[in-house]
Amino acid sequence: MFNSERKSAMGASRVNILSMNTIVLVGVLLCAIPFVYMISASFRREGDLYKLPVTVYPREWTMHNFHTLFDKTEYVRWYGNTIFTASIRTVVGVYLAALAGAAFAKYEFRFKRFFFFLVLATLTLPFHMLLIPLFLLMRDFGWVDNYLAIIVPGMVNAFNIFLMRQYIESVPGELMDAARIDGASEIGMFHRIILPLVRPALGVVGILTFVWTWNDFLWPLVVLHDDAKYLLSNGIATMDGPYEVETGAIMAGSFLATLPIIIIFILMQRQIIAGLTQGAIRG
Amino acid sequence: MSAHTLTAAKKPQPFSLGDWWSRNQRKVIPYIFLAPFLLSFAIFTVYPAGVALFLSFQRTRGFQQAEQGGGVVLEYKGWANYERLLTKDKRFREAMINGAEFWLGTLLVQMPLALAVALALNSPNIRFRVLGRLAFFAPYITSAVVVGWIFRFVYDQNFGWMNSALAQMGIEGPAWIRDVNFVMPSLIILGLWTWVGFNSLFFLAGLQNVPDDLKEAARIDGASTIRVFWHITIPFLRPVFVFVVVTGGIGSFSLFSQPYLLLDFPNTGPFDSGLFPLMYLYDMGFLNIRMGYASAIGYILTVVILIITGMQLLLFRLWKV
Repeated sequence: MFNSERKSAMGASRVNILSMNTIVLVGVLLCAIPFVYMISASFRREGDLYKLPVTVYPREWTMHNFHTLFDKTEYVRWYGNTIFTASIRTVVGVYLAALAGAAFAKYEFRFKRFFFFLVLATLTLPFHMLLIPLFLLMRDFGWVDNYLAIIVPGMVNAFNIFLMRQYIESVPGELMDAARIDGASEIGMFHRIILPLVRPALGVVGILTFVWTWNDFLWPLVVLHDDAKYLLSNGIATMDGPYEVETGAIMAGSFLATLPIIIIFILMQRQIIAGLTQGAIRG
Repeated sequence: MSAHTLTAAKKPQPFSLGDWWSRNQRKVIPYIFLAPFLLSFAIFTVYPAGVALFLSFQRTRGFQQAEQGGGVVLEYKGWANYERLLTKDKRFREAMINGAEFWLGTLLVQMPLALAVALALNSPNIRFRVLGRLAFFAPYITSAVVVGWIFRFVYDQNFGWMNSALAQMGIEGPAWIRDVNFVMPSLIILGLWTWVGFNSLFFLAGLQNVPDDLKEAARIDGASTIRVFWHITIPFLRPVFVFVVVTGGIGSFSLFSQPYLLLDFPNTGPFDSGLFPLMYLYDMGFLNIRMGYASAIGYILTVVILIITGMQLLLFRLWKV
C-alpha cells in the first residue's frame, strides 16, 4: 500500500512538471508573437504584408523599410534626441534620488515622517491629472519645445527615492560614524561612502529611469510640438501622419526603438526585477 | 563632532560660519539633501494642483488678440464644469465606464493568470526559467506606442495575425477595433499581453518569500495541497496582492498611450467604446482648448482613483488572516 501511494505521488508530480512547463512555454510563445510580427513586418514590403494567406516569415526579405525610415523621416534625429534627454534625466535623477534617499535612511530630522508621507503621496497620485497646469507652467517658463520640460519636472521621482532609501539603509552607520570621527564632512561621506556602497542600486534606478523616459509618450506629446524635436515615442506615433510611411516602416522604427531596451534588460534582468519587486513585497 | 562642541563650550568665540557649519552640518544636511525633492514637489505638484483647482471653476470665453499675447480669456463659472461632467456629459460617463470595465478585466482575468504563471515559474523542474523571465518582462518594457501600433496591425480584420490564427481554428474573427463590442476585449487582451508577465514576476518574488518549512510542516500534519495553498501561500502573498491590485486600479483609469495608438486618436473607437478619461482630458484641454473643463476632469479622475485605492486598501486591511 505504501508503495502504490508513493507511485501515484510520483506520477502526479510528473504530470505536474509537464503541465507547468507547458504553461510557461505557451506563455513565452504568446509573449513572443507580437514581437515576431514586428520584426517580420520590418523586413517586408507592403504588398507582402497585405497578401493572403498571411505568413509568419517575409516571402522576400527587404531593407526597404529601413531606407524609408532614414531617408523620409527624422528618425535618426528622434533617436539622438531620446538618447540625449534620457541620459541627462537618468544621471541627474539618480543623483537627486540618492540624496533624498540618504536623508531618509541615515539621518534624523524634524518633519522626517511628514516628508516621507509626501513621497508616498506622490507615488499614488497620478501625475497626469496635472497635465493642463503643468503645460501652462512650461509655457510660462518658455520650455515648450525645450528638453528642460522633459528633464526637469519629473526629475526627482518618488519611486526612485523610495528605492534608494531602502538600499541606503543597508549602509552601516558605524562606517559613517568612523568617518565623522576622522573629520569627514557629511557631503563628503555621501560621495565617498554611500554612493560607492550602493552602486548596484544606482544602476537599477538609473536603468528604470532611462527606460521610463525612453518610453514616455503623453508628456512629450504635450510639450514637444516641433517634429525635429520629437522623441522616439512621438515620432513613431505620428509616422502615419505627415510622413505617410507604410506599416513596414512603422514596424522597423518600432523594432529599432525597442532593441536597446531589450538588450539592457537582457544584460541586467536579475537586478532590474529585484529592484522593481523589492518595494512591493516588503509592502 | 562632540570634540567641537566641547571646545566651543570652553571659550566663547566670535561667531564664524565655518565653525557653525562643522558643528551643525549633521542636523542641516538632511534638509539640503531633500531640497531638490521639496522644491520640485512645490513647483511641479502643489502649485499646479492649485492652478488646476482654480481653472476647474473657469470657462474658456474666448481668445486674446495676438498682440495681447494670444492667451485664453477665462470666466468664473462656479461648479458648472463639475456639474456638467457629473450629470450631463455622456462622453465623460462613457470614458469612466470604460476605465471601470478595463479595471474589472484587470482584476478578474489578469490577476488569476499572473498568479498561475507565477506558480508555474516557481515550481521545481521548470526548464525555461531565464527565457521565461525575459519573455514575460519584455512586453512591459516595450514602449506603449510600439505596443499600440503592433496590436493595431495584429487586429486587422483581414490581414491581422489574430484573425488568421482564429481562421486556422475554423473561427471567423470579428473586426476587433472597428466593432463596438470588441474594442474593450481588444484592449483587455492588449493589457493581458503587457502586464500578465510583469505582475507574475511580482507574485513570483512573493512566492519565493513563503518559507518552505512552514508548507512542509503543514503537509506533514496532513494538509492537502489546496489547503496549504489557501492558508499559507495566499496569506504570504498579501503585500503583492495589495501592490498589484492598487497599481492595476490606478493604471486602468489612467490608460492613455495604448488606446491612443490602437484606435488612432482622435478616433476613440465606435461610439467612444475605447475612450478613456485621460484621452478625454487631453481632447478637451489641448484639442478643444477648454482648460477649465479639462482641469475639472483631472480632479474628478483623481478623486475617483483615490476612492478606489482607499477602498482597496480598506478591503485588504479587513483581510487579515
